[in-house]
Amino acid sequence: MAERKPIKGITIESTEKLIADTLAEMPEKAQKKRAPHLGANEPGASACAVKSNKKVVPGVMSQRGCAYAGAKGVVWGPIRDMIHVSHGPVGCGVYSWGTRRNLMQGIPGVTSFPMDFTSDFQERDIVYGGDLKLEKLLREADELFPLNKGMSVLSECPVGLIGDDINAVAKKMEKELDKLVVPCNCEGFRGVSQSLGHHISNDSIRDHIIGKFKFKEEAGPYDIALIGDYNIGGDVWAAKPILEEIGLNVKSVWTGDGEVEKIGATHSVKLNLIHCYRSMNYMCKVMEEKWNIPWLEYNFFGPTKIEESLRAIGELFDDKIRKNVEKVIKKYKPVMKEVTDEYKPRLEGKTAMLFVGGLRPRHTIGAYEDLGIQITGAGYEFAHQDDYDRTAPEMAKGTLIYDDVSEFELEKFVEELKPDLVGSGIKEKYVFQKAGIPFRQMHSWDYSGPYHGYEGFKIFARDIDMAINSPTWDLVKSPF
Amino acid sequence: MSAAEAAVKFVTETPPEEIERVKEWINSEEYKEKNFERTALVVNPAHACQPLGAQMVATGFEGALPFIHGSQGCASYFRSTFSRHYREPAAATCDAMTEDGAVFGGQNNLFEGLENAYALYKPKMIPIFTTCMPEVIGDDLNAYTKNAKAQGFIPEDLPTPYANTPSFNGSHIHGYDAMLRSILQTLTEGQKVEGKCTGKLNIIPGFDGNVGNLREYKRILDLMGIPYTMLADVSDVFDSGCDGEYKLYPGGTKMEDAAESINGKATISMQKYSTVTTMKWIESEYDGEKAILPLPFGVKKTDEMLMKLAELFDKPIPAELKAERARAVDAMTDAQQYLHGRKFAIAGDPDYLLGIVTFLLEMGARPWHILCSRSTKKFQKEMQALLDTSVFGEGCSIYINKDLWHMRSLLVTDPVDGIIGDTHAKWAARDAKIPLFRIGFPIIDRVNLHRTPVVGYNGAISMLSMLANKFLDIKDETCDDQWFEMMR
Ligand code: SF4
Ligand code: SF4
Repeated sequence: MAERKPIKGITIESTEKLIADTLAEMPEKAQKKRAPHLGANEPGASACAVKSNKKVVPGVMSQRGCAYAGAKGVVWGPIRDMIHVSHGPVGCGVYSWGTRRNLMQGIPGVTSFPMDFTSDFQERDIVYGGDLKLEKLLREADELFPLNKGMSVLSECPVGLIGDDINAVAKKMEKELDKLVVPCNCEGFRGVSQSLGHHISNDSIRDHIIGKFKFKEEAGPYDIALIGDYNIGGDVWAAKPILEEIGLNVKSVWTGDGEVEKIGATHSVKLNLIHCYRSMNYMCKVMEEKWNIPWLEYNFFGPTKIEESLRAIGELFDDKIRKNVEKVIKKYKPVMKEVTDEYKPRLEGKTAMLFVGGLRPRHTIGAYEDLGIQITGAGYEFAHQDDYDRTAPEMAKGTLIYDDVSEFELEKFVEELKPDLVGSGIKEKYVFQKAGIPFRQMHSWDYSGPYHGYEGFKIFARDIDMAINSPTWDLVKSPF
Repeated sequence: MSAAEAAVKFVTETPPEEIERVKEWINSEEYKEKNFERTALVVNPAHACQPLGAQMVATGFEGALPFIHGSQGCASYFRSTFSRHYREPAAATCDAMTEDGAVFGGQNNLFEGLENAYALYKPKMIPIFTTCMPEVIGDDLNAYTKNAKAQGFIPEDLPTPYANTPSFNGSHIHGYDAMLRSILQTLTEGQKVEGKCTGKLNIIPGFDGNVGNLREYKRILDLMGIPYTMLADVSDVFDSGCDGEYKLYPGGTKMEDAAESINGKATISMQKYSTVTTMKWIESEYDGEKAILPLPFGVKKTDEMLMKLAELFDKPIPAELKAERARAVDAMTDAQQYLHGRKFAIAGDPDYLLGIVTFLLEMGARPWHILCSRSTKKFQKEMQALLDTSVFGEGCSIYINKDLWHMRSLLVTDPVDGIIGDTHAKWAARDAKIPLFRIGFPIIDRVNLHRTPVVGYNGAISMLSMLANKFLDIKDETCDDQWFEMMR
């Protein structure tokens, strides 16, 4: 891939100075800890120099969440036909109820469960343990929601501290209820971010779900699974039709709008297509090792990356699929051109800074570039080295890379680089909007979406244009 | 075939008849009974955990940076919840305890966290509160904060009030209470001067997600000419303007004012249940008179507040407020026909529930199902007494420690005309096809409702308009052509 052309005013030196100036305002220990997480991009380097997946530095105001958030919010929550029990006190479950936008089909409370199930721990549960309560709760849940296809037990902080054994309870109840009951030890204090929650959840899927089911119909040569699309704002519903249009057969989705038994039967597919590498690569590797299923990372943000991805997917199949790929690309070219013709003139030359979870900063760069927007800074809440290595080549030389950026740092960086747009989360949003800087929430698509696929790009383009070119920004400075 | 292979099950499809059956069953009387029998499972609770309430209080003092001792994830949840509700920044920092903290305690995290928070964000005060984790392992915050100062991580004179806010106890309103008492204890220490009276009123709004309410209190006090200090005043923090400059500390109760509050002329709390321990402590420590007032929803409770204020400060109620009252009553008599006899289901915090029920009874509406997902028998009694004051309270039921899935059962088996609650009630509302009126916390799916006051005479008019106009909209949108008409 050709290296990005340099961005005006941004050099390795200017970025390193900005980092040094920012660090200088921190206590020595924090400086030392934070310095390795900030860097100027070297697109050609074999490994990104920025360090990641380390503990949050206390007190700096990190934007990270916890393992429970990664488990409940990201991996489990979207599986629509299971009951997901937030096991512990009331808070975690309430805050994560309906706040990720992983949309799902089904009849709520009947065949799908976009709700908050919790054991609402009280003092006595802490003192005497919550295992018996959990048992009872699972029985009650199964009775009141009989069409559930299984239950997950997601432990919150206290559970792991008081010595409860949710694994034993799950095992017992799985037998008794003759339904999947999956324990997930994702207490929020484990690990350093949401990321460990993804990993632990992948492991529970490995140990309790995958391989336990099979599809009724014979396996076919075009059977694939969609991994790491969580159907935020309907993303799956925009991505799946494209894959079907090129002739593939999407047998299961992990886990957006997901169905647990289909997830459990995924080991019969021919290929795993993975969108969010960070949160689901573990299971792709397991399926590769155990069932020889190859996997491919793809990117459905913006026409350039969609085309690239479709062709790469086609390469793994026969001529029929390859032909279909070209047909689909040809079909959507004019549609996409219409979109860029409309928005690019208003967006060309703008810059944006991104800070999201573990995938989107690098995955969305292409979509911004399709609109003529350059990325001057990017970073992740909970990415690992392999994510940064995949990011460096997508960014211009000298651009700013920041890992687990604190509010203090991000404010300084934005102040200096003056982007036309910041794409990040709800906690960051209003900080920058108060400063008059257009912003889009890039976890939740800011209550819009889908952003995946061809349909998604139309909406993405409209949203970015609307954020940057809203006349409301002209009102920020008062004339008196 | 091996045993393992044999154990592999086919992917199943639930038969449509079965889905139909369950769909109907969950709306049945039989299901309701089963639903009310559960004792372990909670589904869709209408309350949050203690530290969230603590963060609201901690945000309400000028230059204060809320500090969460415990897990990082909780901090992100609290901040996100506030930012979604107010559409405002919600700065708070956390010392991000992890597994080793669970083993060795969180003192080192606290040290480092305080040092960094102080250096980076230069707060005037760091109120500290806890998540479940340090509560379970029993961290000693008193000793830890003393040590942090002794060892120079933060200056000796930086106020660091702390509150234990275990989530496995009570709800967000209790965290509010604990943190407020702690902050006031810290800031007023040594400030009491015998015989000194600032002449001011201390007013505590309680856990109120409506910044419009806070502003309305202030407007009323200004009109009455009563000097005041609002304690834990989040109105400018959670409702700050957009002028091109982000301010980390855009307002809140001034430290000096909070310190002087102990020498005030009077202290009133607008919410009984979210300030229980604070008011008990104030009762014994503060100078001046104290009063716990009911949340002024509707005319009578607003009257009560104004008369109390007039009495405490020996001031007449100004003509302007009297005119406001008359306008509210005018609006209510004009529109009473749209609400009279209408049944409502309400979910919320105890003080809010008491307020809403008061207003509904005044309108001749019936607060048919009243549900509080975390409360006490005492509250139930007080609510019952309120219902007993009016014929419109007859036949109404109170449910404590029940959740929104219980509420759903009530709605489908014994329907009402409207539901009043926070955004979380929208699922039950949709299932039961009953309109939801968003009053409470959090409201994360509509704009600006947190800016529209629902207290005072003006608040009564807004609530009334919200309710009556929605009913009229529904009529216009759903009636057959021959019943569609110009006037309503
Ligand atoms: S872990 Fe405890 S304090 Fe944290 S959000 Fe959950 S209930 Fe609240
Ligand atoms: S796309 Fe980002 S936010 Fe979504 S699961 Fe992956 S890492 Fe998390």
